[in-house]
Amino acid sequence: MVNLEIDRVSVRFALKGATVEAVNDVSLRIRPGECVALVGESGCGKTVLASALLGFLPGNAETSGSARLGDVELLEATDHELATTIRGRQIGLVPQSPASHLTPVRTARSQLAEAARVLGGDAAKAAERAGLEPEHLDRYPHELSGGMAQRVANALALVGDPWLLIADEPTTGLDRDLVDGLLDEFRRLVDDGHAVLLITHDLAAAHRIADRIAVMYAGRIVEVGPAHEVLDSARHPYSRGLANALPEREFLPIPGQPPLLTDLPDGCAFAPRCSRATAICEDRPVLTDDPHAVACHRPC
Amino acid sequence: MLTGTDITAGYRSAVISGVSLTVRPGRTVGLAGPSGSGKSTLARVLALLHKPFSGTVEIDGETVTGFRFKAAQRTRIGVLFQQPRLSVDPRFTLRQAIAEPLGHQEVGELADLVMLTGDLLDRRPHEVSDGQLQRACLARALALNPRYLICDEMTTMLDASTTAALVGVIRAYQARTNAGVLAISHDATLLDRWADETVRLSAPPPR
Ligand SMILES: Nc1ncnc2c1ncn2[C@@H]1O[C@H](COP(=O)(O)OP(=O)(O)OP(=O)(O)O)[C@@H](O)[C@H]1O
Ligand code: SF4
Ligand SMILES: [Mg+2]
Repeated sequence: MVNLEIDRVSVRFALKGATVEAVNDVSLRIRPGECVALVGESGCGKTVLASALLGFLPGNAETSGSARLGDVELLEATDHELATTIRGRQIGLVPQSPASHLTPVRTARSQLAEAARVLGGDAAKAAERAGLEPEHLDRYPHELSGGMAQRVANALALVGDPWLLIADEPTTGLDRDLVDGLLDEFRRLVDDGHAVLLITHDLAAAHRIADRIAVMYAGRIVEVGPAHEVLDSARHPYSRGLANALPEREFLPIPGQPPLLTDLPDGCAFAPRCSRATAICEDRPVLTDDPHAVACHRPC
Repeated sequence: MLTGTDITAGYRSAVISGVSLTVRPGRTVGLAGPSGSGKSTLARVLALLHKPFSGTVEIDGETVTGFRFKAAQRTRIGVLFQQPRLSVDPRFTLRQAIAEPLGHQEVGELADLVMLTGDLLDRRPHEVSDGQLQRACLARALALNPRYLICDEMTTMLDASTTAALVGVIRAYQARTNAGVLAISHDATLLDRWADETVRLSAPPPR
């Protein structure tokens, strides 16, 4: 088991007449035996970062920086290398919106059996760990409810027993009991020395199993630290706003519009929505390097 | 009023049986229940997209006779599905997707309402995030001024702040038009906060 070292990774997409700055200078280390949750506004770059690590970006993407898994440089690996040695074996991915990734003409059972054969795993055990009942497995993707399709995707990511699991919204469509079961499963993996990167909107889930939480805004990590500290005493004004928006708290949205990733300001990207902003915020704040790091000139 | 009475529905076999539910104008009904309890199935029946085995659906006093897309009464009901990727034509830009029911391209106001910035409108679904796509779906659902809006797990794709913002958009729409809303979610705390009352479906019997 090795570290995943993400070092100053940026991803840009070229569109007609515009460049989307989707991921900006992200650095993050994930160690064996650690669960890191990545949270942030919809569209802030979480899925793009995960796709970059696995070589799933489309042709108009340009990546810089480095992401090392042990001594493999993921951003430079060929598709063949990724397909035969990394995906599913070293890094398992639970894609967001799993229903659109399943093969429509094959049952869940046949897709899972194939993955088990290729990767050398146990299909039935993976299905059980993901909370699937045997009778669900004989269905075709269009016959699965949203929550069932999610569990099939979770089983597919678990079957090769990867040491790093990147799970992109793995609790979508699951009821509370299934969510708890899945989180317990992830926690067991972590306690066995695996690593989990959990991308989620479910802050309660992040709180429950993550050791650390990283908060992303406009493609940058703006705060990262021990899970309970980041949620209960957030230091970045955006993280505060996000936690306050929860239905169990204020249920109030952060005012203003999400940032335009095609036209980011030079200074702090949160400034137009930040009640603490002053003139110094026109310089971009850098992420501090203490255990509870924050990128803000006037943290809370 | 949008009413389902004694609805039994499913696919190969029944998933829900004898369920009744009423959504009143201006009110928000929450619908909860474990995975597989048939929430989405009931939503599709009330949205006139899925014919029940038995039972009746009434909209504002008229009994529904036709199901699926052609039903004329369908335009009175807006629907948001659990999985936006499956409900938008991948060839459309978000602008086209929102404009589709309108018949013209003036979508600026609707896009502002759901906080979709201008740069996103000319992209196709694979070029936006899931949450952004779901916001476009909400704009599309509101385009025809529906009398009722059915939201099937609308917010599982969304962060807390965007969730609170879109619930605010829907409430403002209701305040303006007195529309009724059916909100399906696994998140009990969210429904407590959002809905006026919540109906729970129980788990289906094991088969
Ligand atoms: N087209 C279909 N053909 C056969 N079975 C189906 C079809 N669509 C859904 N089902 C089944 O109907 C049942 C209920 O589905 P539904 O989507 O209504 O559940 P749900 O309560 O919304 O579940 P979840 O919370 O997991 O999304 C499930 O057993 C599902 O597999
Ligand atoms: S740097 Fe300034 S604008 Fe940015 S979050 Fe901190 S206080 Fe707000
Ligand atoms: Mg459902």
